[in-house]
Formats: sequence, structure tokens, C-alpha cells
Amino acid sequence: MASNEEILAGLAEIVNEETGLAPEAVEMDKSFTEDLDIDSISMMTIVVNAEEKFGVRIPDEEVKNLKTVGDAVNFISGAQA
Amino acid sequence: MSTPTLRQAPVNQYSRIQGIGAFRPDVIVTNEDVCQWIDSSDEWIRQRTGIITRHRAAADVSVIDMAEGAAREALEHAGIEASQLGAVIVSTVTHPYATPSAAAALADRLGATPAPAFDISAACAGYCYGIAQADALVRSGTATYVLVVGAEKLSDVIDNRERTISFLLGDGAGAVVIGPSETPGISPSVWGSDGSKWDAIGMTRSQLDARDLSLAARQSDASGDLALLEEAQELYPTIRQDGQTVFRWAVWEMAKVAQQALEDAGITAEDLVAFVPHQANMRIIDEMVKKLKLPESVTIARDIADAGNTSAASIPLATHRLLKENPSLSGGLALQIGFGAGLVFGAQVVVLP
Repeated sequence: MASNEEILAGLAEIVNEETGLAPEAVEMDKSFTEDLDIDSISMMTIVVNAEEKFGVRIPDEEVKNLKTVGDAVNFISGAQA
Repeated sequence: MSTPTLRQAPVNQYSRIQGIGAFRPDVIVTNEDVCQWIDSSDEWIRQRTGIITRHRAAADVSVIDMAEGAAREALEHAGIEASQLGAVIVSTVTHPYATPSAAAALADRLGATPAPAFDISAACAGYCYGIAQADALVRSGTATYVLVVGAEKLSDVIDNRERTISFLLGDGAGAVVIGPSETPGISPSVWGSDGSKWDAIGMTRSQLDARDLSLAARQSDASGDLALLEEAQELYPTIRQDGQTVFRWAVWEMAKVAQQALEDAGITAEDLVAFVPHQANMRIIDEMVKKLKLPESVTIARDIADAGNTSAASIPLATHRLLKENPSLSGGLALQIGFGAGLVFGAQVVVLP
């Protein structure tokens, strides 16, 4: 079971690989679209890679609720529990 | 009375692609053209799809016309006459008649009559479905040579103002001749469907709904009010997709299918000379390449940049181009995978002609 800090670090790595954004720019309160400028296709790529990395399932209808990095970390953490 | 012994067709041990042909229609639609119809930009479209232009067919060029152009080149490349064909298969979702088939007309035009002829409705997986069928027909001895054509005139089923898929689509046709071989030339097909995602890509309405709505519009104004008639014309079914669902399925599930095709072929990614995925979106192609961990020695088909997404035609068109630009790939192994509306998918490893 990964801690929230570990999930955040893993997510930052995935975002970095997809967008080239520095991992330290990926903070809990950052919005994927507004702050990190991540488009819908990149978001799906990040979701798919996060599912693989954390062994969770993030349904399509859930993706639109993941507005901030924190939303994603909390969802993954809950899904792992 | 003794039971007579039934005769069955003698089998061919192996099959392979013997010739390939392509037809690219000559109307070029740029991203600037597309931006007249949707609020977008060249940069946005390139970034999200990798598409720079699409080829589209003029009004008087039909699916059968394009199929014929590609088929003639494939027959010539294979070095066989149309009269030697044991079956003609056309994969298409844009032949505008529910019946008769495009394949029957094509067979007649080519001089392949009375070869059996039929269409396959498997959207962007149609070409790989066709290869699966042709491979089985040739190896079972049911046919010696089979023509497989992927031909689409998607410009007939788009709504230019629609933002989910129309701007991706192009027209064209690609064809191959499959015949017997002394060495293995087509790996076991990994193919299937997932009808639980039937709604993910498809038409806005059925032909019957369009007919009923159109009749209602006419009846509501027997005088033939032009505005009503225009409205009725807009009822014609056009294509749309749920892009996010399709993207995720394509990247995640299709990488597994492609990997399975490699395993079933008894090879690894290092053995490939080329990867020819359905040309749906450059971002999907890039993600699949990453997921499959393809080595740099593998040439990746990226025909989509100029051709757009041509559904069943995209794999043979992209293969044709690869061979034209890199003749040394001939004889090497290519992994091909088609996936699309249904949802349906199909993949094989083939020896390039």
C-alpha cells in the first residue's frame, strides 16, 4: 500500500514523462487543466499509466471528477485501500 | 451399401501477402480548411492528432472506384490475373448500399467473376478481419488467391461542424492479394470484439430513424417548405465518437492485443522491421509504441500525418507507403493491428510483400 506522498511522487513521474513538466511542479492543489495545462488526451494517458503503476481502476466517469492532483492522489489512495 | 468417402479441399500449409496496392484520392483537406468548420487551429489539431492533411475523394469518386484502383495495383504487384481470384473481400463501412455488396461490383469490374465476393463490416479493424478470413480461405484450400481491400469514403458520413471525429477522417483504399506460400507468411490472428462499447463510436442515428424523421418533416409541411427539407437533410446519419473512452481502450487494451499477436507469432519486438497500427491518431500510435517497448530498429508507420484516419484503408495504405519509401523492408516482419467501432480489433504479424 502506497502512502499519499508515494502516490504523489509516482504521479509526478507519470506527468513528467507525458508532458515534460518538472516533477516538483506537480503539487496536490494544482489543477490538471488550468495549472499544468494538460489536455484531455494527455489526461487519459496519465490515467492509463496511473492504473498500471498503482494497480487500480479509474472508471471513465470518474476521470472528469479528478480536477486537481490531490483529487487523483485521494482517489488512487481510496481505490487501493 | 457402403458410405461414400467425402472429398475435402486439399490444404495449403502456409499463406502470405503476395502483392499490395493503394489508391489515394486527390482532394487535399488542410487543417486550415477544417478550421472553417470548427473553432480550432492548425497547431491544436497537429498537437492532439498529428494530422496535417487528409486526402478526400471528389463527389463522383465512389468506394468501389477507389477499391478498383488499389486492387489493380495489388494484382499487378502479385503477378496474377483477376480471373485467378478465388474470393474478393471488401472491408468497408461507407459503401452506401446495404445491398448489393461493393465486393460483387468490384469483382465484376476487375474480371474476377464468378469469384465469391462479400463485404466485411468491421470498421477500422476491417482490413485485419479480411486478412484473417483470407488466410483461413487460402490455407484451408477453399481459395488459392484472395483479394482483400480496405476502402472508405468517410467524407460521405461526416458532419464538418462536429468535433469528436469528423476532422480526423480521410478517404482512400488499400488492397492486398493473399496466396499460398512455401514458408509462413501470416501469423495466427488475434481478433475479437467488445460490444459492451457499441456506443463508443458510431452513427448519430439509424437509417430507419432518419427515414421516419424525414417523412415527418415532409408531412408537416406538404408544400415542401425549404427550411424543413434542409432540416430533414441534416437528419442523415453521421459518425461521432466518445474520444476519451476510445483513446483509453486503444492505448490500454490494444497494446495487450498487439503483444499477444507477437507471442502467438512466436517472435519478439526485436524481430520486427515495421509496426503498422491503424492510423487513428498519432498520440495513440506513440503510446502503443511506448507500451510495446518497440526498439528503434522498428520502422513505425505514420501515414496519418498526410492521410488522416481512413478506417479500413489505413493499414494497407500505410504499409504501401512504408514499402515505397523503404523497399528494403520487403520480406521483413510487420506487426499490424486494427481497432475501431464495434468495438472490434484484429492483429497479425505478416511478412511484407
